[in-house]
Amino acid sequence: MYRIDFNKLRFLICDDNPHMRRILRTLLHSFGAREAYEAEDGATALEMYHHYVPDIVITDWAMPIFDGLELAQMIRQPESKGNPYAPIIMLTGHSEKRRVTVARDAGVTEFLAKPISAKGLYQRILNVVANPRPFIKTKTYFGPDRRRNTSNAYIGPERRVGGEMEVLQQPSLLDKARTSV
Amino acid sequence: MAKEKPGSLQIKSFADHHVITQPNPLRKVLFRVPESDRDDPVARAEKARAGLSGEFKKWMTIEADRLSAAHAAILGDGFTSENREEMFRAAHDIKGDAATFGFPSAGAAAESLCRIIEHAPDLDEVPADLITHHINAIQAIVRERTKLDTAVMASALSKQLRGVADEFLVMVNRDRPEHLEAILAPSIVPAE
Repeated sequence: MYRIDFNKLRFLICDDNPHMRRILRTLLHSFGAREAYEAEDGATALEMYHHYVPDIVITDWAMPIFDGLELAQMIRQPESKGNPYAPIIMLTGHSEKRRVTVARDAGVTEFLAKPISAKGLYQRILNVVANPRPFIKTKTYFGPDRRRNTSNAYIGPERRVGGEMEVLQQPSLLDKARTSV
Repeated sequence: MAKEKPGSLQIKSFADHHVITQPNPLRKVLFRVPESDRDDPVARAEKARAGLSGEFKKWMTIEADRLSAAHAAILGDGFTSENREEMFRAAHDIKGDAATFGFPSAGAAAESLCRIIEHAPDLDEVPADLITHHINAIQAIVRERTKLDTAVMASALSKQLRGVADEFLVMVNRDRPEHLEAILAPSIVPAE
């Protein structure tokens, strides 16, 4: 059985709601984390991201100035001088399937629908720590590999030209979002 | 941890994409414990969260009042992009937070209000009572929660509001298939 030494991890929390930040901070500190920096909007979070170089970002979606989706897109800039590979966990009140797809296409690593639970958060963190995914760079996308399983039912053309790609088997982001506890 | 240099990248190039891997920079924070280890970080965190529960009603009251203030601005000025955004954000926060704070029915009513704001083609055409009833219901659920007989009533109230709101949204979106699909799609969050 594996555990995480949270004491060695640095988090960046981004949520405009102070109550949710307090809950998140409480959960992370209880897991054992000491370093959890907080931002209340996407612009501040981006500044803090470059300044503190966190290991893991936990962000809300709906926020003022620019939102969590835009924050993810700005972090996932392959030519950026910052680290474009940090895991991003999107923690949001949005609970529609299409939102999961939009978040995935912005480069989000894990999706956690509110209401938040300690178990759901711990599992997302454990997954990004223990099972990092390769990154894919195309003309229109840069982020964690969006293929989480092979589908025998798919009968269309191979959309990645130039070779078969090994796929790390994991539940889809949508399936994981559905089991948010 | 974050001060360590990232491992070297391995890049495999294909015709239209690159696959980039790097040694797991977070591997060092993983450690093995015996199955008999009794430390439970999740239980510890849930206990710490429960320790905040004395604050939850106060927090919900603040959030419900923020929603009422946004609604009052709309009643005074009509819908503008700013006050629409503020009402949506206030309702969206309640939708996300309320169950965590022990007010799941307030969260359900707030979700219904979010759907109206997101999917009504013209908010000026939404019956004013429909929005007002949502706001009043959220306020009532938050303020009356301590009464023992209110939980069932709160759940029934939020379900009834959702039913009326959905009926309205289906009707006004009958010619907007992308909205209709979103309105009828099941939530990814299990129902209360």
